[in-house]
Amino acid sequence: MAKLHDYMETRSFALMVGILLTVMVGGIVQIAPLFYIDSTIEEVDGVRPYSPLELAGQDIYVREGCYLCHSQMIRPLRDEIERYGHYSLAAESMYDRPFQWGSKRTGPDLARLGGKYTDDWHVFHMTNPRAVVPDSIMPPYGFLNDKKLNVELIGAHIAAKKAIGEPYTDEMVAMAAADVRTQVNPESDDIDAFLARYPKAQVRNFDAQEQISEMDALIAYMQIIGTMVDFDAYEADINDNDR
Amino acid sequence: MAINTSITRKAITRKAIIRKANGAILPIGIICVFGFIWAVLVASRGVDPVIKPHAYMYIFAFALAIFALVYGVMQNKFVYNPYEYDDNVIKAGVYATMFWGIAGMAVGAVIAFQLAFPQIMDALGLSWLNFGRLRPLHTSGVIFGFGGNALIATSFYTVQRTCRTRLAGGMWPWFVFWGWQLVLVIAGTGYLMGITHGQEYAEPEWYVDIWITIVWVAYLAIFMMTLVKRKEKHIYVSNWFYLSFIVTIAMLHIINNLALPVDWLGSKSYSLASGVQNAMTQWWYGHNAVGFFLTTGFLGMMYYFIPKRAERPVYSYRLSIVHFWTVIFIYIWAGPHHLHYTALPQWTQTLGMVFSVMLWMPSWGGMINGLMTLSGAWDKLRTDPVLRMLAVSVAFYGMATFEGPLMSIRYVNALSHYTDWTIGHVHAGALGWNGMVTFGAVYCLVPWLWKKKEMYSLRMVEWHFWLCTIGIIFYITAMWVSGIMQGLMWRAYTDFGFLEYSFIETVKAMHPYYIIRAVGGTLFLLGMFVMTWNVWKTVKGHGDAYALTDDTPPARKPDVNAIPELALGE
Amino acid sequence: MSDSKNIDEHTGTATTSHEWDEIEELDTPMPKWWIGIFYICIAWAVGYAILMPAIPLLNGYSKGVFGFSDRARVAVAVEKMHAERLVNSEKLVGASIGTIQNDSDLLRFATEQGKALFGDNCETCHGRRGQGVPGYPNLNDDIWIWGGSFDDIKQTINYGIRAEHDETRFGSMAAFGRYELLEPGQIDDLVQHVLRISGQQSDAAAAARGANLFAENCTSCHGDTGKGTRENGAPNLTDTDWLYGGTAAIIRETIFNGREGLMPNWDTRLSASQIAAISVYVHSDLGGGE
Ligand code: HEC
Ligand code: HEC
Ligand code: HEC
Ligand code: HEM
Ligand code: HEM
Ligand SMILES: [Ca+2]
Ligand SMILES: [Ca+2]
Ligand SMILES: [Cu+2]
Repeated sequence: MAKLHDYMETRSFALMVGILLTVMVGGIVQIAPLFYIDSTIEEVDGVRPYSPLELAGQDIYVREGCYLCHSQMIRPLRDEIERYGHYSLAAESMYDRPFQWGSKRTGPDLARLGGKYTDDWHVFHMTNPRAVVPDSIMPPYGFLNDKKLNVELIGAHIAAKKAIGEPYTDEMVAMAAADVRTQVNPESDDIDAFLARYPKAQVRNFDAQEQISEMDALIAYMQIIGTMVDFDAYEADINDNDR
Repeated sequence: MAINTSITRKAITRKAIIRKANGAILPIGIICVFGFIWAVLVASRGVDPVIKPHAYMYIFAFALAIFALVYGVMQNKFVYNPYEYDDNVIKAGVYATMFWGIAGMAVGAVIAFQLAFPQIMDALGLSWLNFGRLRPLHTSGVIFGFGGNALIATSFYTVQRTCRTRLAGGMWPWFVFWGWQLVLVIAGTGYLMGITHGQEYAEPEWYVDIWITIVWVAYLAIFMMTLVKRKEKHIYVSNWFYLSFIVTIAMLHIINNLALPVDWLGSKSYSLASGVQNAMTQWWYGHNAVGFFLTTGFLGMMYYFIPKRAERPVYSYRLSIVHFWTVIFIYIWAGPHHLHYTALPQWTQTLGMVFSVMLWMPSWGGMINGLMTLSGAWDKLRTDPVLRMLAVSVAFYGMATFEGPLMSIRYVNALSHYTDWTIGHVHAGALGWNGMVTFGAVYCLVPWLWKKKEMYSLRMVEWHFWLCTIGIIFYITAMWVSGIMQGLMWRAYTDFGFLEYSFIETVKAMHPYYIIRAVGGTLFLLGMFVMTWNVWKTVKGHGDAYALTDDTPPARKPDVNAIPELALGE
Repeated sequence: MSDSKNIDEHTGTATTSHEWDEIEELDTPMPKWWIGIFYICIAWAVGYAILMPAIPLLNGYSKGVFGFSDRARVAVAVEKMHAERLVNSEKLVGASIGTIQNDSDLLRFATEQGKALFGDNCETCHGRRGQGVPGYPNLNDDIWIWGGSFDDIKQTINYGIRAEHDETRFGSMAAFGRYELLEPGQIDDLVQHVLRISGQQSDAAAAARGANLFAENCTSCHGDTGKGTRENGAPNLTDTDWLYGGTAAIIRETIFNGREGLMPNWDTRLSASQIAAISVYVHSDLGGGE
């Protein structure tokens, strides 16, 4: 060992290669198997790629840095299950780029947020958190009400995710902009076709405004978080899921 | 730019020197032209509105660089003397360290006050001043701006002295310096506009990542080629650590940022990995950004400046060897301690935990070597606040690397994860270790670089020392209390077995500690201002910083003949 | 510094005789305690990795001697928790408030649980300890829009108000202005009338005109005297308690644009016993009165 070190200490390239080999091992052992071990992602029903509006919402969530205060990861600990609901599965974040597990809970976990509050409440809360929750320390996001969502650009985002390997179809890419308009319009004629593409998606005028705002997108995203998996059909105790 | 015309050895012809310097100009020029063209395309054809300001910034930066290159060549400015160290770029690095330190920590203070008094944000109501956008500005500003510039500058300084040779690459060190500033400006303004990749410490989007890669590879090449042409048989321990930092960060950065842009003329990209694999890759990166950027890089700094300032030999060469190889081998494995109890499979978490615990002693090897090097110079700690800063930084390093393994134990992490305890741990390391060791290094470097006897005022250094120390104590004790309290409140049960506190009650309970933290951070920031003033007066040659002759810095000149068989490098 | 080239004077330790920029290195052996603890950590790590799931394999991973799993363990803990609560929970479902109040243990069980659930699920809308915020009724007083009896409250929580549930409570305040059911001037008059019946300063002439309009348009829901009707969920307009607010501007907004506050149904998120527990808490510890 000492000899080997002495060899490298007098040869700069040997030292560099030695370092590189040393630091590669851990990553190879820890990361590569996650791509091939089957049990890494549980078998579940219901998880689907985000609808165009939900995806736009998730991108806004990332853009505004919500993940710096909110986790989306209910740990298998009794108190978290009591407070937030069923613990999170790996499958639930399989279409999150990047993942949204967070590293700090300045605000509560949001992994089971979908359906907990009304759209109205979200608008009210996002616009002025302290008017709703007096002790809140969350920043206000009222500007999202006034920002028009750039609907035409969303198709490219879906196409990029498709190119990476998410199970979007060509039809979904082509219909992206139309699907955004459908999802905020409960009177639309295309709702059935839309829901066939994105089951369980919610169709409403989320922000109660005429225009399609970024608030619409963000709320559509918040209302779908944690609602996709059908936990009645999920077999928690089979060996593979018990890891 | 890099101009050093005071050529002392007539034996070297002017022409030969110019040819050497020009070697870097063409490739740098080509890189800038490519960047320029891409930026023009974005500005003219891009559909993404938020990226436009960046396109103009790139255009401006590259145009300026191309102009400077052409002008420099025409005016014959790019000549240098291989018999002198390349110190101008290091001086610039010291200024940049101060600048980004103040900027990053000021933003830290702002977000600390935002958490203590959220009404500030209501009053502002501006999207780009919201916590979620400022926080990455803070973390990148301090880690990559303050820390990065400090690392680049001190590594350039150290590698030259301990190899007794001028930096390799002619113009390239300046490329790295300015390239890095461009990274910081583009990344930082991007966060304010909401351009982020959304992975902590890897927030820059793909088009900044590519630029980072180019700059970083240039940095690696300069460092390696300087080692190659060294005039000492052995490579000094600082350089092992610096090299491991540069190489490993390159690997981590490239792999963690693999992403597909939505549009090659737009800002947004999606990571190739998603969900659980993305999480693991991110924390493999994120933990080792700590391990290699904030640890091995700064250990390189410690291994030069402590023995140098204390004028004592390094305590144990054998310890250096063993702790170096064990630190770099083990660090890489510890990432999953950021994902305990998540949906990451448990086997990975186990590995992350056991390697973190094994990392304790290798980390302390560095602390022992740093502190024990002071034996024989303990008395200086009383009189020399600079040395005291360096010593205290190592103590904080020891503290953070004890706390880290403790928090990596799953049962402890169940409590600490997601709370302010993590934030306290971070800042014990960041303020105590990275901050103080950098301050110590800068207080050494400034007189050496500008050839002054001492800093303008050691009393001001003393003040700075106490501002830092008190600031850190406020910060980390407040976060320990609030973190542990929050963790306990989340899981507190009544006798009947029901949760005792609602989430919002725990938020409310944090309020006093957030105020204490904000005050502590402000004290620390004040220290930065004191330091800046002191550095400025030193450069100006006021007070104790009267100019000295050529004997300073206390280092030898580069020497081609030190070891005859190495006269031409390896 | 040192008399002999290879010995450091201060420590008496040999140097490695390497030297860079006047920095030397001592050849001190590694501290014994340091190596010792390092080995202990390694031994512990190996042991732990054998006991716990740790090593990735070709497909799968070593499950460890203990075959331990967080998910399995927490399932047991949750099961145990449910078992501990089972007796009381079952008693709670379907029990009348009288029965609960007579069983002091059960009452405590219910209110404590209700308080915990209320904090994370309801306070966000209904304000700190249920004191209400504009649009979200105060649950702390004795004034109820939909009824403050235990059963009323339980029904509200179960099925929500104007929620997506077949049994949800429903009642709607029409947008008299927006749907052009009334002229803007008429609405101004109605505002004055509402101000008057709620005991505030008002313009007497306008209020008198408003009284007629009120009789024509509003009494079907808000009652002849404006005291509200439960079956329509129409609030009492003659008291000082307001759901949305009692200033002229807000009243005008209410009449012009209508209101349809939405309270989610909780039967899908919470269990029957949890909902009963919250109802007890809301009824007994907060408002109640009925
Ligand atoms: C400075 C930290 C911070 C940031 C940034 C932040 N939040 Fe919050 N959030 C909080 C806190 C604290 C609470 C709890 C108090 C409250 O309900 O307002 C909260 C509560 C919430 C809730 C209610 C959750 C529940 O179950 O009660 C939602 C939804 C929410 N935030 C969404 C967001 C979104 C979306 C963003 C980004 C656009 C965001 N937050 C950014 C701190 C933050
Ligand atoms: C998304 C917001 C929201 C949440 C969460 C919510 N509520 Fe409500 N709640 C409302 C609104 C809005 C109304 C008023 C509906 C109306 O306009 O009549 C209401 C009405 C009520 C009423 C009827 C008040 C009356 O005067 O008759 C009760 C009781 C009630 N809520 C209890 C609860 C409880 C208990 C919870 C938690 C399990 C809860 N609410 C959660 C929004 C909410
Ligand atoms: C179809 C039934 C209906 C009719 C007709 C009706 N209201 Fe209402 N009104 C309601 C309901 C239901 C609410 C509560 C809305 C809610 O809970 O979100 C309400 C609420 C109100 C409020 C707000 C009370 C507060 O506490 O903030 C005012 C003021 C009001 N109505 C005035 C009127 C006037 C004036 C008219 C006649 C022009 C009228 N209403 C006609 C059903 C009705
Ligand atoms: C032996 C060495 C160390 C170990 C084992 C270690 C371990 C840990 C652990 C367990 C966490 C908490 C993860 C979580 O629960 O989310 C953490 C967070 C962190 N540590 Fe350390 N730590 C060590 C040293 C350091 C040092 C020297 C620094 C220097 C600054 C540092 C900086 C950080 C940062 C920045 C984070 C926050 C990461 C994030 O969540 O964003 N650590 N560390
Ligand atoms: C004036 C001094 C500073 C102040 C007031 C300050 C304040 C803060 C605040 C308020 C946060 C956010 C915490 C949260 O989300 O709850 C933070 C995060 C962070 N800061 Fe600082 N900071 C300072 C200096 C530094 C320095 C010098 C460094 C690094 C060299 C640093 C590194 C970090 C990191 C890595 C995080 C993210 C931690 C995590 O995600 O877990 N900070 N800081
Ligand atoms: Ca973090
Ligand atoms: Ca990136
Ligand atoms: Cu870590």
